[in-house]
Amino acid sequence: MDSVAAKIGWLVVAAIGAICLGVIALHRGESINAIWLVAAALSVFTIGYRFYGRMIATQVLKLDPTRATPAQLRNDGLDYVPTDKWIVFGHHFAAIAGAGPLVGPVLAAQMGYLPGTLWILFGVVFAGAVQDFMILGLSLRRDGRSLGHMLRAELGNVAGVICMIGVLVLMMIVLAVLALVVVKALAISPWGTFTVACTIPIAILMGVYLRYLRPGRVLEVSIIGLVLLLLSIWGGGVIAADPLWAPYFTFSASQLAWLVIGYGFFASVLPVWLLLAPRDYLSTFLKIGTIALLAIAILFSAPYLQMPAITQFVDGSGPVFAGNLFPFLFITIACGAVSGWHSIIASGTTPKLLANEREALLVGYGGMLVEAFVAIMALIAATALHPGIYFAMNSPAAAIGADVQSAAAAISQWGFVVTPQDLLDTARNIGETTILSRAGGAPTLAVGMAQLLHNIMPGEGMMAFWYHYAILFEALFILTTVDAGTRVGRFMIQELVGLAVPALQKTESWTGNLIATAFCVAIWGYFLYQGAVDPLGGINTLWPLFGIANQMLAAIALILSCVVVVKLKRERYLWVPAIPACWLVICTLTAGWQKLFDASPKLGFPAAAKKFADAIAENKITAPAKSIAEMQRIVFNNYLDAALTGLFMLLVIAAVFFGVRTMLAARRLSRPSANEEPYIALGASA
Amino acid sequence: MNAAVNDLRTFWQRAVRIGRQIIGVPDYENYLAHLRAHHPERALPSYAEFFNERQEARYKGGGGRCC
Repeated sequence: MDSVAAKIGWLVVAAIGAICLGVIALHRGESINAIWLVAAALSVFTIGYRFYGRMIATQVLKLDPTRATPAQLRNDGLDYVPTDKWIVFGHHFAAIAGAGPLVGPVLAAQMGYLPGTLWILFGVVFAGAVQDFMILGLSLRRDGRSLGHMLRAELGNVAGVICMIGVLVLMMIVLAVLALVVVKALAISPWGTFTVACTIPIAILMGVYLRYLRPGRVLEVSIIGLVLLLLSIWGGGVIAADPLWAPYFTFSASQLAWLVIGYGFFASVLPVWLLLAPRDYLSTFLKIGTIALLAIAILFSAPYLQMPAITQFVDGSGPVFAGNLFPFLFITIACGAVSGWHSIIASGTTPKLLANEREALLVGYGGMLVEAFVAIMALIAATALHPGIYFAMNSPAAAIGADVQSAAAAISQWGFVVTPQDLLDTARNIGETTILSRAGGAPTLAVGMAQLLHNIMPGEGMMAFWYHYAILFEALFILTTVDAGTRVGRFMIQELVGLAVPALQKTESWTGNLIATAFCVAIWGYFLYQGAVDPLGGINTLWPLFGIANQMLAAIALILSCVVVVKLKRERYLWVPAIPACWLVICTLTAGWQKLFDASPKLGFPAAAKKFADAIAENKITAPAKSIAEMQRIVFNNYLDAALTGLFMLLVIAAVFFGVRTMLAARRLSRPSANEEPYIALGASA
Repeated sequence: MNAAVNDLRTFWQRAVRIGRQIIGVPDYENYLAHLRAHHPERALPSYAEFFNERQEARYKGGGGRCC
């Protein structure tokens, strides 16, 4: 039955994919329609899923539909529950999809749409989806254990500790950089600030409703919350237009940073039902709904991509982030192509829900493909914008100046002709006073989304509504991540510090709780504040650190996959996890090396520190710093970032060392030596 | 006609279950069935108790979401 018709069908899909990719790659000098990107992505993903994904399932992981899964063996109705595969898919996708795939591609758009598109398409098929799927498969065979547990069991205790430190540091950087995205989006924007601030009382209202009025009625309370949110967007417009009230909601980036730090502390010590949980429900549903809305908007408005396929900034001179296409494109787009964070989700709740090993392909490999599709949509939204607008929003003031005249002049000189009036008009259309230097991805995506949605639902003043809707949608789930992440970070700190001071380990104790929370908030808050006052806009510094850390974790997860493949005596397929593992090791180490040793202060952390230190020695104040004290802080921060980069590189090298050592030892054995749970047939346990 | 209504109902129930699983609330009926089958001595929790317990459990320690 796998007949001629099926073969012809796959040939057609392959041909469509090849044609679309050809159009995308070869069209130069005139803009192409975004639908080509969508079609290319869909055909590449379908083929990747059907052939590469299935090959991994049957040959590399050797998934066995007759084998009982952890959910079957330990079914307790709560944590381990055999669940319908589409429901697990929904759960898994909601857990992996966050702000990452929306921000990274927007930043990478400075190099044009082609490099980002190709990396997302091929990165996900050969790296990202492979990692998610293989870690899920390994965890399925190990009682649904976590990444850290599996590393300890397969590579030894030291590797487990490396992973724990890596995850903790990554978490702090993630929280700082995501909070910075929100800060950048809300700075000097009374409309956005008011709307996002309203989510706090709305969530508390929902929490009380869920707890006392109608317990557990999530659906109805989410609808109530959504209506209130839409009202708060409207209210924000009224506030922003009011000369009396607008100043109360107008904050600078550094003021907002303090507000977010305070919020992070208080929100994460409140009971979860009051603020965190209801906001999480609302933001999760809003996230899924908005992603669907974005897909519809792209399909129906079929925009042309105004950004060139490749810009001159592939040489590393770009204003949004410094560094050459290799390795920095592969660092900037992490989530969407490959994200180490997913290995935590894939070895978390998901393996405890799957009813059959066969379904891991859909959930693990397929879930990541959908995330890559979200990344492609973000890339489309950013590159469908006029490049002049894009660069005005994403370049730091150091590159384009602080007013529309200087910005328009600088950007036009780069070859993206734009007038000061265009910049003013765009700001007015979205209901803001300025669009200059709003790096961080969220505002750019919001303008792009607002234009797409405005195309299919036109109306006077609707651009401003959609812009703030998009800002609200991103801020809502980022702040939820900040809150939840602070809690997780607090537990991890208590666990680590508890090894030395056992009294602090009691997670129920208020003293331990407050101390660990304050410590956790202080760490990410420090990086957030540093980013908010950073001369180059913060994202420039923090995003590469985040990318390196995230790819480092992905490399560790893929090294674990390599080790298990060797231990199972399936070396024939070692290349499946080894190719992406090597690629990520090369990218993270090269990027780290350049961040440490490049002589340009734009790229190298120590070089930047030295530039300011030299100026201090000559008692000269170098812009954009305004005092010697500020310059001393810049020097210190750059050395700190350099130290962190060095730490990430050491962790990667250590993981490679332990991985290779374990593989060599396993090769010498004549039998398989992986720590899998024994085979139990499906149905035999019940 | 009846079949169409039934299909719609099944679809809706499935959507609700996906929605609940997305936010980490497992199936209540399923848990009751599990308790009846394996732990008949235990008292059955009300939906409100079940919901509150799961809400607390979800945000304890690990779990989490992506960036």
